[in-house]
Order: sequence, then C-alpha cells, then structure tokens
Amino acid sequence: MARKQSSGKRLGVTLLAWAVAFVIFFPILWTFITSFKSELDAIAMPPKFLFFNWTLENYAEVQQRSNYLKYASNSIVLSVGANVVGLLFAVPAAWAMAFAPGKRAKDLLLWMLSTKMMPGVGVLVPIYLLFRDMGLLDSLWGIGLVLMLLNLPILVWMLYTYFKEIPAEILEAARVDGASLYDEIVYVLTPMATPGIASTMLLAIILSWNEAFWTLNLATSNAAPLTAFIASYSAPEGFFWAKLSAASTLAIAPILVLGWISQKQLVRGLTFGAVK
Amino acid sequence: MGAIQLKAVRKAFGAVSVINDVDLAIDDGEFAVFVGPSGCGKSTLLRLIAGLEDLTAGKILIDGKDVTNVSPAQRGLAMVFQSYALYPHMSVRGNIAFALKMAKEKPEVIERKVNKAAATLNLADYLDRKPRQLSGGQRQRVAIGRAIVREPKAFLFDEPLSNLDAALRVQMRVEIGELHHVLKTTMVYVTHDQVEAMTMADKIVVLDKGSVMQVGAPLELYNKPNGLFVAGFIGSPTMNLIRGESAAKRSAATIGVRPEHADVSTTEGEWRAKVRLAEHLGSDTFVHLDADGIGPLVLRLQGEKPLAVGQEVFVTPREARLHRFDKDGKRID
Repeated sequence: MARKQSSGKRLGVTLLAWAVAFVIFFPILWTFITSFKSELDAIAMPPKFLFFNWTLENYAEVQQRSNYLKYASNSIVLSVGANVVGLLFAVPAAWAMAFAPGKRAKDLLLWMLSTKMMPGVGVLVPIYLLFRDMGLLDSLWGIGLVLMLLNLPILVWMLYTYFKEIPAEILEAARVDGASLYDEIVYVLTPMATPGIASTMLLAIILSWNEAFWTLNLATSNAAPLTAFIASYSAPEGFFWAKLSAASTLAIAPILVLGWISQKQLVRGLTFGAVK
Repeated sequence: MGAIQLKAVRKAFGAVSVINDVDLAIDDGEFAVFVGPSGCGKSTLLRLIAGLEDLTAGKILIDGKDVTNVSPAQRGLAMVFQSYALYPHMSVRGNIAFALKMAKEKPEVIERKVNKAAATLNLADYLDRKPRQLSGGQRQRVAIGRAIVREPKAFLFDEPLSNLDAALRVQMRVEIGELHHVLKTTMVYVTHDQVEAMTMADKIVVLDKGSVMQVGAPLELYNKPNGLFVAGFIGSPTMNLIRGESAAKRSAATIGVRPEHADVSTTEGEWRAKVRLAEHLGSDTFVHLDADGIGPLVLRLQGEKPLAVGQEVFVTPREARLHRFDKDGKRID
C-alpha cells in the first residue's frame, strides 16, 4: 500500500528538494550570470545578482582571444574517442568477469577500482617522463590514452554490474545455438545491454570532458581540450572573473546539454540493479 | 541419429561432488526423463550433456563419438531452458532463425525452415512479435521452435513446463509428446514432476544425490522399484512404507503398499485404523488413516466412498502387489 502523506508535508518536502537542487546548481547559475557582467560588476560587493548591465562583450573577447572551436573539437575527440576505444576493452573484460569469472575475479575488479583511489599526482612524474620520451606530450593520441586508462576501471565496473543482470541462460542458449564467443557478445549480449552501455558511455564521456589534472599537465596547445581553454583565463596578473565565467560557460555548455537530454539514461545507469 | 552414452561421468564443484560416476545409455529416438528431488543433480547432468558444464571425470559420447571436450555449439544438440531463455531484443522470427544464421544458412532456407517450425507450433501469427508480447505458453513454443529448426541429434529439455500454469502444463506436455512422435528424435527431459516423467518417458532415470538410483520404463519403476528411494519417489500419492511386525511377518525390514493396492472394509481386515481425513475427488477418494501399530496410511479408493472422519475401518494390503525391502532398503523379490 502506498504511504499517505498530508499535502502540507508533501509541499514542504517539495520545497526542500527544490532548495537543495538550487544550492547544488547555484555555482553553475552564478558562473552563467557572471559571464554577462562587466569585470567591475563581476567583483562588485555586495554581489549583483540580476540588476546590472547585461553584456555579451566577454563572449566576444573570449572568441577573439582563443580558438574555442579547436578546444571544443579536441574535447569531443578526446572524450568520445577515448571511451569508444575503452569500450572495446571493457566489454570483453566485463563479460569475462560476469559470465566466466575466475577464482580471483572479485579481487581483480577491486584492484582495478583501487587504481582510482591513488591521487593522479602520485604518478605524474613517471608518466610525464614516459610521454616526453615517447613523443606523446600534447598529442591527441597521448591524452586519449590517459583518459581511456583513467576511465577503464569505471567502464568495466559499470558494465559488469549491467551484465550481471542479464540471465546467463540466454547466453548459454546462444552457445547451444552455435554462437561463437564473438557472435555471443555482438549479437546477443551487446544488444541486450545497450541501455547499460549507453549510460556507461555517457557518464564516462562526462568524466573525460571534465578531466583537468592530466589534460592540463600533458597538453598545452595542440591537444588541449576545453579544460585548458578555461585555465588559460586565470592569468598571473589575477583572475578576470567575467571572462573566466564566459569561458567556463562555453566549456560546460555542450556537456550540460548532453547530460540534460540524456538524464533519464544517466539516472537509470547510476541506479541500475538497485531495485529489480 | 542421436544415441547418447555417459561413461563414469563425474562432476564436482570444488570439493562438493554433485554427479557421482554416472553410467547411462540413451538410445537413438528414445524419450528419456531425468527425475529426482531438488538438488539431485538432474539439471547438472543435462548441462554436462549439453556441454555447458565441464566434466570432472568420465566421458560423454554422442553417436559413438567422444564429445567430452567438444563445445556446446559443435555437439549438434538443442536445448530448451526452464526460463525459455529467449533473446528479448529479437522478434519470434529472429529467435527461431538465430541458430540457422549462426550456421550460415542461406536466407531462403532460413525463411522456409522458420515458417515450417512456426506452422508446426501455431506461431505463424506471432512471428514479428517480441518475446515480451507473448504469453508463457507461446514463449515456450518459441523456445521449442528455436530447437526444432536446427534439426538436432537430440533435444534437451530443462524443466520446460515448470513456469506454466497447471492447464497449460498439461497441454504443452501433450504437445511435446506429439512432437517426439512426429520427429522421432532423441529427447532428454529433466523434471521434478513425476507425472510428467510417467506420462512422457520411454525411459525414466531416477536420480538422488548425484547418483542414478534406477533406470527403466515408467511401469517397470512403478511395479518393481529396486529400493526404498524409488519406491517412495515414483507414484502419487506416495507408497506407504511400513516397518515392524507386519514387515517381519513377510520376512522383510520394510514393506511397501501403494495407496491403490489395499482394500478397505468396515467389518474386517488386517490393520485396524481410524479415518483422519477423506479427500473426495469424484473419480477417487484419498483416505488418510491412522492405523494401530502402523502409523499414518494413505489409500486411494475408486469412486465416491462415504467415509467420515473418526470412523473405524480395516485395511488389508493386496499381497500380490506388495513390495518387500531388506534392511539396506533393497528390493527383495
């Protein structure tokens, strides 16, 4: 039986939910509003919320100073490319863990995840030197490789939880039907897991899009994504908040739109398996 | 052709042995049923034949060829699963055609075979539907259709009817029986339902704790169970097993009396008993009794018998149909 709630209580809960959502969203909203202020309005005290001279000059200047499209295209190539390649490794790995686990499968999964527990800076120097010697610094291939490896544990884990939900009997039926391992993965498992793969990819793309530590340290211009584009607006002579906000808005807009469109998939992806 | 032979087949999961040295021969065209209580290893044995589990020891031969290390796909068998295991993203047509596509058959051959199977199984109107749009019985037919089109050496059924309601189960049981009659292909069928086993099988294999207890035709098991386990398992209601004086009088440790093999009188008989419950089914009456010095008894009497709870009756077993077992539970002939 559904629990009954008084309308007053429901209104209270709704308001609270909206308030929490607003607090979480506020930094993005503030950045967005600031991007339309003059530099003086941006640092005014007390802060000006809505009543100031709205201007597009920051966007114009940002466009003039840097090639937004190049950074954006790098971001797209890196975040999508790295995760598509990652998927090619993650699907067979997750298949193995879910349907043909060895004795140490659980340990292996935990070990993979544990690599995410180490701060990246711990391996920055060796990776930097490796990249330098292999000529991978500031190259899309190099940054793509790092982003792919960074997300691989998450890809494997998420796909593993999805695959665990697929009845093994269906794959066994395919095997008896004469499907090879390749056929089984391509014609049976992957189509059944499409929603899971899609939401895993979305999350991974968002993570890669926002990855700043490695992209800032290993790329400067050629392969620099939007994170570097934002960082270039923090100058030694101080922050230009309005321009920085305009750059940030431009940088997060595509991924925000993608996230908004696919929010249903994302929520399903993050809560999958919690309730049958 | 589809003769299946199991030679000293053993399966263990870690230290736990689930199949113990099973030797078994299933002839070509035979309908063999594996029956036994939950956890007896019947499904595992079927999966070993299918190649979905690896053997710990022993050999499996199909048509005389050792297939112990052959992949499921190469064994030429078809399997119908308890959960149907249909491909949910494919239409009925896609499901039935899948094995043929994997075998790289020509599209026109696939089309012809799928249509033929669909016609046989009354699925022609549902070919473009997805499994989720079908009823349980239809799904089971698709699973069978998927097996038929491959023209396998043998069909393996893993409790295929246990998810269906009682009426549909009876109908599908008849359909599978007819299918066997038409195709004349070897079928190996796993069930815990002994009615299915008795009605469908040419040969029943009774399993308990990973070992074969008895192999034989249904009536052979009914009339001559080789031990207490089979005696108690085959037949419904189950055989009354009686120890003590009545058994000793007949030079046995235990005697078995089937519910339908004893006579009830209100005036005289061997055992005096009180009626605890009478179940009237119309065609039969099941009488539950408490017999003096014997314990509970269940009898099946033909037709409607006006017996009241608490009434005193006398029971006499029919000597010719009585089963005798020694102290180890083995049959005495």
